[in-house]
Amino acid sequence: MPLRAKVATSVSKTAAALSRAAGRGDGSVIGGWIGLKIDPELLSHLAAGRAIALVSGTNGKTTTTRLTAAAMQTLGRVASNSFGANMPSGHTSALAKAGSTPFAVLEVDEHYLPQVVEETTPRVIALLNLSRDQLDRAKEVAMMAALWRDTLVKNPEIRIVANADDPMVVWAATGSQHVTWFSAGQRWSDDSQVCPQSGHPIERANGDWWCTGCWLRRPRPQWQVEDEGVIDPRGDWHLVKLQLPGRVNLGNAATALAVAAEFGVRPIEAVPRLATVTSVAGRYAQVDRDGRNVRLLLAKNPASWLEAFDMAEQAPTLLSVNARDPDGLDTSWLWDVDFSPLYNRPVLITGDRAYDLAVRLEVNGIPFRHVYSFDEVIRAVPPGRLEVIANYTAFQDIRAELDRVN
Amino acid sequence: MSTDSTLRIVWIYPDLLSTYGDRGNMLILGRRAAMRGIPVETYEVRSDQPMPSSADIYLIGGGEDGPQALASQRLINDGGLHRAVNQGAAVLAICAGYQIFGHSFFAKGTKCAGLGMLDLHSTRGETRAVGEIRGDIDPRLGLPPLTGFENHGGRTHLGPGATPLASVTAGIGNDGHTEGAWHGKILGTYSHGPALARNPAIADLLLRWAIGADSLSPVDDTWPERLRAERLAAAAPRQA
Ligand SMILES: [Zn+2]
Repeated sequence: MPLRAKVATSVSKTAAALSRAAGRGDGSVIGGWIGLKIDPELLSHLAAGRAIALVSGTNGKTTTTRLTAAAMQTLGRVASNSFGANMPSGHTSALAKAGSTPFAVLEVDEHYLPQVVEETTPRVIALLNLSRDQLDRAKEVAMMAALWRDTLVKNPEIRIVANADDPMVVWAATGSQHVTWFSAGQRWSDDSQVCPQSGHPIERANGDWWCTGCWLRRPRPQWQVEDEGVIDPRGDWHLVKLQLPGRVNLGNAATALAVAAEFGVRPIEAVPRLATVTSVAGRYAQVDRDGRNVRLLLAKNPASWLEAFDMAEQAPTLLSVNARDPDGLDTSWLWDVDFSPLYNRPVLITGDRAYDLAVRLEVNGIPFRHVYSFDEVIRAVPPGRLEVIANYTAFQDIRAELDRVN
Repeated sequence: MSTDSTLRIVWIYPDLLSTYGDRGNMLILGRRAAMRGIPVETYEVRSDQPMPSSADIYLIGGGEDGPQALASQRLINDGGLHRAVNQGAAVLAICAGYQIFGHSFFAKGTKCAGLGMLDLHSTRGETRAVGEIRGDIDPRLGLPPLTGFENHGGRTHLGPGATPLASVTAGIGNDGHTEGAWHGKILGTYSHGPALARNPAIADLLLRWAIGADSLSPVDDTWPERLRAERLAAAAPRQA
């Protein structure tokens, strides 16, 4: 590593430690940011010599990254940006902090994938899904797919692990000659009604999909979820016991196994490792308070709200929505979510934009109660499970409130 | 107009124009009709299906450039929407859909023909208008202030045959001064996505137009009113 990069790495680590000591977050961004100021090529230097997997997509990337890193640990030490800091400053911090490791698994914001591919020369990229997210500033879904596709065309040596159930991802992945397909299911299809290749409608039936106007159709997946397990490319079924809820996470586990397999990890070795993951950056964490078992589910966009409903048990449920900068300022997406899975369970609402949620739920025919504090929530529900579904800053607010008390 | 007593609402091309929770307007109209005991049926008409001309209310939403150009072309070729409007149907046109109702608009750098049912045309603005919007609605419509969220790159220029829906008190709208347009029973606005969630009075205006009633029985609007008050207060006032 050039001297400049060594200095930058050292300063980057120090800055991260200072930031943590000062109580300003986990330091996972600031250190990398300073390091990149000193050496703009720091990420490339830190990536050199490591076998790297990148994980990108609108939803599930933090969890899939965590599961993949766990699976890869059968091979040796794995660097990872496990706190969801998924832009180049986060990658730089993660690699600087980890020191020299033979492997790295990095979650990548979908907009930054082209840049991070150039700087880290990954061996494998996992492409999970693409759907609407933060509408006041995100690129439209078809443009994201085109950006990915161009990146893959320019980097033909990279192996791709891609979701066969998302037409946008499949079209993007056809930019590569080396694709392994997984099937993790797709609950949300509103962003892939129209073919990105030909503009014709996409038809769906029984888990299959095809374009009515061109060659684009669902490829046959080599990895897929079946019952409580995952089928590998040889046709062997592996029981997968996770500590994370829902079928969505079983799909994330299938993806992790497929990515790890690209590095030579056999599913039989990887599966037990997956069960060691309990919560991911606070998501799925369970906190006991006054006899209530509170479980936290993060839902950032329509697709992930549907997934959260799938994970949540039939129990009292608190919904919290904010619209601060990290969330996107626009709450229109609430109308893309069908809240009817919440019928017949007590629903409470809170957050900066509780009124938007109230109007939405009323039209959806879901009774609810508006609450102003977590204490009020606890008093309003009986002892037992309480599910909390919140978008990004609302989730952080609730975590902070629970931390204060515990 | 339908011949029987069922109110028919059509959502135009949800496969092309449904980027920002546009479904909300159909759900809200359906619910507010049902609360008044008006039998209602809603239809989602995809871009590969013929557009019926017999419905009472037509909704068209927002979308990106490619789908917008495609939707406009298909609606011109189909002709069903034109017939419906000539027969007196009411329309709520939002964002990209609003631009489609004018004579022309720009999509992907090209000037595209619109339906020409509102006397206006849209051009590219120098900046994107993103944020809360607020305006005082044309007093002839007798409605409380407009509140919404806008997110568009276009600017819209009204001809003598169209009237601004509102004068802007926060945000950009058509051009920083006026927002939206109306003519006959057609309403167009840049207040995007589920505009009716914050503007239940506009929902009721569309229902009144559709059934030919001067008034509707009141409904409990506690939550929409709280939302309105919060958002009207949150919209930054215009620089004097
Ligand atoms: Zn096609």
